[in-house]
Amino acid sequence: MGGKATRVAFGEALLKVAAKNQRIVVINADLGKSTNTVKFVEKYPDRSFNVGVAEANMIGIGTGLALEGWIPFLCTFATFVTGRFETIRVSLAYVDANVKIVGTHAGIAIGEDGYSQMGLEDIALMRSLPNMTVIQPGDAIEAAGAVEHIAEHHGPVYLRLTRQKVEDVNPPDYQFEFGKGVILDAGKGEGRDLTIMATGGTVYNAREGARQLRSQGLDARAVNVHTIKPIDRELILDSIQRSGRILTVEDHGLSGGLGSAVSEVVAERGEGLVRRIAVRDFGESGDPVELYKKFGLSKENIVAEAKKLVKKD
Amino acid sequence: MPQVAADIQHLKKITQEIRIDIIRMLTEAGSGHPGGSLSATEIVTGLFFHKMRHRPDDPFWADRDRFILSKGHCCPVLYAALAKTGYFPKEELLTLRKLGSRLQGHPYPGRPGERLPGVETATGSLGQGLSIAIGMALAGRLAKKTYRVYALLGDGECQAGQVWEAAMLAPKAGLDHLCVIVDRNKIQNDDFVENTLSLEPFRAKWEAFGWHVIEVNGHDISQVLEALEKAEAVKGKPTVIIADTIKGKGVSFMENNPDWHGKAPNREEGERAIQEILAARL
Repeated sequence: MGGKATRVAFGEALLKVAAKNQRIVVINADLGKSTNTVKFVEKYPDRSFNVGVAEANMIGIGTGLALEGWIPFLCTFATFVTGRFETIRVSLAYVDANVKIVGTHAGIAIGEDGYSQMGLEDIALMRSLPNMTVIQPGDAIEAAGAVEHIAEHHGPVYLRLTRQKVEDVNPPDYQFEFGKGVILDAGKGEGRDLTIMATGGTVYNAREGARQLRSQGLDARAVNVHTIKPIDRELILDSIQRSGRILTVEDHGLSGGLGSAVSEVVAERGEGLVRRIAVRDFGESGDPVELYKKFGLSKENIVAEAKKLVKKD
Repeated sequence: MPQVAADIQHLKKITQEIRIDIIRMLTEAGSGHPGGSLSATEIVTGLFFHKMRHRPDDPFWADRDRFILSKGHCCPVLYAALAKTGYFPKEELLTLRKLGSRLQGHPYPGRPGERLPGVETATGSLGQGLSIAIGMALAGRLAKKTYRVYALLGDGECQAGQVWEAAMLAPKAGLDHLCVIVDRNKIQNDDFVENTLSLEPFRAKWEAFGWHVIEVNGHDISQVLEALEKAEAVKGKPTVIIADTIKGKGVSFMENNPDWHGKAPNREEGERAIQEILAARL
């Protein structure tokens, strides 16, 4: 994999927004080296806190700081922070605290460390909370745009980031637009046969899959859904109108993620088919590319599932 | 202990009125938690009617001392104190737990534009309040403000792991403007704390974590005020005041009885409780 990890892009963008906005503070839980907040800590020691391996305390401290007007970024692995769900639920989300929860090491693509370190239920958990916004950028430039946006957007946000490098899917002049899905290779496919909606680390494979399908005569379009809550209903319904078929792809568990969010919109409309590619089991250790093959997140499997979906009616 | 200049007799009278309000609110609501409100009455009175810098007519005053009721189920004592100091009309107390009321069954500061003045944040999922108090204390230091932060914890909730995550951090951060008061009433929902999961040696635990510890009789208002003064004088580390209290204090049939942790009195019981509180020698 080439490109840049979105966690790295986050660390760089954080320095930029922190220079402009003196209210931004960072709370680490002993994973600053992994979440890329080390430079922030060096530059702004007074605005940095390391609470140790104590994520529930981190959530409460972040809330207290936010209630007093600071903008805390809580930075640790996706699964460790969202696993303290009940503290997020009552202490943070319920009072609409202006806290940015940054969960890195999302999905099976973290690789060799294995399931205990993989964020695989985090979107489901965060999406279930009123007040909470859920964003997962698909490449480095989008991660930077998302960080700029959430620093200025009041309210709790969950930002989900990759450990692994991800290929660029957006052009260099890309502007992040909150709440709006991004049509990739715009103009090259109308989506008359299907739309593939992907998020985070799977967006590149989804785009490549759509390109292959088009080369084989299917009118497929790929959409990058960076804002998962609130979901882009308009784009989902537009996709259903075009083909009646959406294939979702995500490096997250099957329940409660992007596939669920899309299915809910489609089911409420009462027409259209959704097929979900997601992680259907606990993860395991391995090379990230091999894991994507095993768990069905490869380009090849996206193409195969797309063909099954198109033949289904 | 240093003598605190305060009208103790007046404060005692206030604790009597607050206890009556607690009983009235809970009787009207038909559910709720009397025991831990009655045990914390002197503590809350000492804070809101003497120690804390706050302005009921300017509830979001930036320099106010902060109060976090971590043992959120005991919100009747907080609501009664807030109404009595003038944060909201006293009649509102009787809306406790009713549909549409700002006085939720556990504290909630309200949605933006509908804030309940005096309630800093949401609590009541036990074990979470101290972390929030630490965040507020760190925020005050960052902003170079001089406000103090008080967190009232139950003893039962000190069984929660998050309390000790927070307890480990506050001394490390040197938060001497943070003061925890533990309402050590020795009873939790199901049973006595000692039978459920013992906290002892409780003082030694806090000391081992780096806290300055003061132990007081939590129903002796003079002792409570003196402890709060001493806590402010301690520099370089936070203070915990372990307040030895009686659950259900002031109502004989509720005192030291686990059944009255989470049960509201009926009309007859409520009336009896009020008569007892009124008859008590102050």
